[in-house]
Amino acid sequence: MRMYDVNLLLIAGLVAAAFWTVMTARLLRAVVGLAVTSVLVTALMFQLRSPIAGVFELSVCAGLIPAILITTISLTQRLDAEQLIARKKQKLKQYWPLLILVIAAAILLSRVNVPLEFPAILPPPAKEEDVRTSLWALRHMDLLGQIVILLAGAFAVVVLVREKPGEK
Amino acid sequence: MSEPVAHLVLLCGMGVVLLLIVGFYSLLMTRNLVRMVIALEILSKATTLALVASGYATGQIGLAQALAITLIVIEVAVVVVAVAVILCVYRHTESLDVAKLRELKG
Repeated sequence: MRMYDVNLLLIAGLVAAAFWTVMTARLLRAVVGLAVTSVLVTALMFQLRSPIAGVFELSVCAGLIPAILITTISLTQRLDAEQLIARKKQKLKQYWPLLILVIAAAILLSRVNVPLEFPAILPPPAKEEDVRTSLWALRHMDLLGQIVILLAGAFAVVVLVREKPGEK
Repeated sequence: MSEPVAHLVLLCGMGVVLLLIVGFYSLLMTRNLVRMVIALEILSKATTLALVASGYATGQIGLAQALAITLIVIEVAVVVVAVAVILCVYRHTESLDVAKLRELKG
């Protein structure tokens, strides 16, 4: 199997997984679909010679985020059988245009001739930089921003989910 | 740009556009709060893939990976806060439907 066929299969699988994620009536299956989509994005990142970003994507977006979403779903109410059937019918009615839109977009995009020799805004470096060098030397302020955002997120969660005095 | 590189970049570009279509459509159609978060996740996957593919196309893979990692960290913080808000909303309204969020009093 040629590399082009492998990449085509990965992209087709990615779009199919994303489509199934939004189409499925059950929330738990949607979260599983999201995890599968993340795994396929990771595979594509490895094809794009970005293994470190791929590992981050796999561990966080296919591991941590589905775990958080499953915890949220377990704390909310489950649909009964009647509500589930009604939900499935509603999904089919709402989402069939998406299938047509995705197929039409795929056909249109495959016929478009995109010029690939475009001048890069930043010239490529003389020697290919490692991601660790880029993060620590070039984007060190991003690291500070990440720390601030994580702390802000942690404080926001503590404030939002704490119990009010007198509340059971 | 060599042919295999061009093919891969084109395929990734196509994948990004299709993921954006799926994500935006789902975000517009759904009324469930958890599904909105899932749709946002699909959109951010499209963005991450676009970043990494453009880094591959221009030979700046290190910089693209650094930006993708930053995006993933911010994505986690956004999801965690969104989930906390969803749980608060569910505590007050016993529902995940946005149509039931008609009052600011909480």
